Amino acid sequence: MSQNRTFYAILFALALTGVALAILRHLTTGIPLLPGQEQSVWLVEARIDFDAEGGPVTASFALPEMELPGFDLFEEQSASPGYGFAILTSGRARRAEWTKRDALGEQSLYYSAQLVESLRDEDTHVNDPVDRGRRQSDWEGPQELAATEVLDDARERSSSARSLSREVIKQLNSEASQNAALLRSSTAERAELLMLLLERADIPTRLAKGLYLEDARRRQSLTPMVEFFAGDTWVLVNPQTGEVGLPPNFVLWHRGGVSVLDVTGATNSQVQFSMIRQTVPAVQLAQAKGRSSLFRELGVQRLPIEEQSMFKLLLLLPLGATVVVFMRVIIGVQTSGTFMPVLIALAFLQTSLLAGLVSFVLVVAAGLALRSYLSRLNLLLVARIATLIVLVVFLISAFSIIGYQMGYSTGMTITFFPMIIIAWTIERMSILWEEDGPTEVMKQGGGSLLVAVLAYLLMQNPLMVHLSFNFPEINLVLLASILAMGHYTGYKLSELHRFRAMSDF
Amino acid sequence: MAKAWMSAKRLKNYGMLGMNCRNVDFINRYNDRKLYPLVDNKMKTKLLAQEYDVPTPQLRFVVRAQHQINYIDRKLADLDSFVLKPAKGSGGKGILVIHGRQGDQFVRSSGALLDVSDIRRHMSNILAGLYSLGGSPDLAIVEDLIAFDDCFAGYSHEGVPDIRIVVFKGYPVMAMLRLSTHASDGKANLHQGAVGVGLSLDAGRCLYAAQHGRSVRVHPDTGRSLKDIRISGWRDILLLASQCYDMTGLGYIGTDIVIDKHMGPQLLELNARPGLAIQIANGCGLLPRLRHIENRTLSRRFRSEHRVDYVMRRFAEVEGESFMSYVDVA
Repeated sequence: MSQNRTFYAILFALALTGVALAILRHLTTGIPLLPGQEQSVWLVEARIDFDAEGGPVTASFALPEMELPGFDLFEEQSASPGYGFAILTSGRARRAEWTKRDALGEQSLYYSAQLVESLRDEDTHVNDPVDRGRRQSDWEGPQELAATEVLDDARERSSSARSLSREVIKQLNSEASQNAALLRSSTAERAELLMLLLERADIPTRLAKGLYLEDARRRQSLTPMVEFFAGDTWVLVNPQTGEVGLPPNFVLWHRGGVSVLDVTGATNSQVQFSMIRQTVPAVQLAQAKGRSSLFRELGVQRLPIEEQSMFKLLLLLPLGATVVVFMRVIIGVQTSGTFMPVLIALAFLQTSLLAGLVSFVLVVAAGLALRSYLSRLNLLLVARIATLIVLVVFLISAFSIIGYQMGYSTGMTITFFPMIIIAWTIERMSILWEEDGPTEVMKQGGGSLLVAVLAYLLMQNPLMVHLSFNFPEINLVLLASILAMGHYTGYKLSELHRFRAMSDF
Repeated sequence: MAKAWMSAKRLKNYGMLGMNCRNVDFINRYNDRKLYPLVDNKMKTKLLAQEYDVPTPQLRFVVRAQHQINYIDRKLADLDSFVLKPAKGSGGKGILVIHGRQGDQFVRSSGALLDVSDIRRHMSNILAGLYSLGGSPDLAIVEDLIAFDDCFAGYSHEGVPDIRIVVFKGYPVMAMLRLSTHASDGKANLHQGAVGVGLSLDAGRCLYAAQHGRSVRVHPDTGRSLKDIRISGWRDILLLASQCYDMTGLGYIGTDIVIDKHMGPQLLELNARPGLAIQIANGCGLLPRLRHIENRTLSRRFRSEHRVDYVMRRFAEVEGESFMSYVDVA
């Protein structure tokens, strides 16, 4: 009894491991659990224009970090004919640098990046250290006074850095306040103004620039945002609206005081953004994302494409084997050759069901007819089977050619059938015919086809294909179920019919 | 009229042994793999039977290689009737029964005539492994034909009736007589349409009979009432079956025994995976009896006489008894 319990514990552990590994793989690599899922990708293009003065040109452009709050950057390119290009990294900050010895006239440089929405929302920069470099305003008497009043007012209505900034923005937005109007007229850039005021109140600030993602927009520019240090973390605030936190669909392109674009040797430099939203299959995306993990290294996707397609079939075999075990142990269907149906089902995967069924039945029927003549030739068994193999090859070629001439290209796929298996099947069925009669042949042949079709239907199910290929560990669950069925001692469904005579008692 | 389907619960109540249960709980547990060749190879069974003084049909000769087949007509010259069978055949496949001669030709039990070339082809098929499990090379056995015992007159079409007894740990637990019919083409396999007659273990009387999974009262070809069947020398037959356990060491076997007119009961072959049709022929499940034997602790020390006496007493009556009556011990 305890042995049984251990056995089932192992089965349970196996199944659990399979499911757990699959979920873990899903979480780390982002491969979706269901097939056909799509994910949106933002294609953002920055276009840098400037007029070169005829000498060496260096354009340095701030790039977003690889991992942003809410987004992952997974592919980036630059198009800039004639320019040297490099991405310079210092810490987490990255800059693109285009260089050219001789440039004259209007120049355009392109940088494009693909951004994928990710579930990550924590911002790794919230705990950055504070550098106390105070910002200096060039305000004069009236502005100084106005600033002090606005700040005093806001300080009175607030209790913390957070609420203070909210109150300051509220005042700056107020149309009625003359102080605000004065300050607004002196410093046009609202973010700049807010930063000056907050610095005045001893709250460290820094500038952040980002991009609102909207589908099919062109000529967009970066929106300035303000981050202030709220005692323990940096907090992002929209200087226009006072909204705190990262707005949805907002990419933080650049942070800190350094300029977004620096061009030397040119004038009139400007940067514009255009963006478009695309949808791509989530599986493809998960594969394209360059994040390395153990799962990625051990995934089938690492293999060359040609081997992958073979693995796609190979990883479906456990499913077919499970179907055979189920049909034989639980249902009690008779098949000719234990796992022959799985091989037939594999062939069906290549040929499509109807064409496969028709050609299989045709080949086997024609083979049986030829075999009945062979039995009169008094051949040794091995020679007879070899003869059958040759005949099956001829038959299949004939069917392919006839099918092709008649305009059915599906005729060609018949070659996917495992010929040696077919030859053996024909031999066995013909013996069965001689010894037990045609009914038994129909029974076993029909049983084999039934199992093959069932296995085929499961093996071509998109969900099964997706799961078995992307989550090979799911096969552990199948293994557990096969082992469990191996211990099944109850009646087969067919035995309920076979023992029907017992109802006389 | 029997229903087409039974509920699993009712089958369980009858103690019917299913194939999965047989494989897992009995064959896998009580039949040692390495002993299988003793029963899967009829040649080995025969030699073993001689060693244990268990009577089997007289072996005439064995064909081991293809070249021997060329001279086979000389070897067959002095045999009027014989049986040609593969050593590793299963389910009665590849067995050729020759009743007599008609000039140069051989007469099959069905009356069909065969040339010596047909015999040669059959032999070469056997050697190539056509009838053996997995197609492994085989040898062909030629042995004496069983002389039909008159007590079975009118009970068989063509073939000789044989008695299948399932022996569990040396205890015969169930027996049936298999009668070939026209529908079974002279073969004794129930699934091919032979009649299975359940036999009482105390006296070898007919308890019940079934063909094609349905109850029958008379032999479908001869019309003879099956109720009157009573096998003479029943205890000897059970003893013979029981000895097969000591001989092979296999815990769960089916023994096929035929009665020769002159030589008495003969062991025809053994089967390490006996079918389940015997339950239908008996109208009774095997499971309660198997569990009963399984739970007897001292059983191994008993000799075959003791074991046979035990089952003749214990499993005597089936008709009208409660099928659950053995379970109390379990």
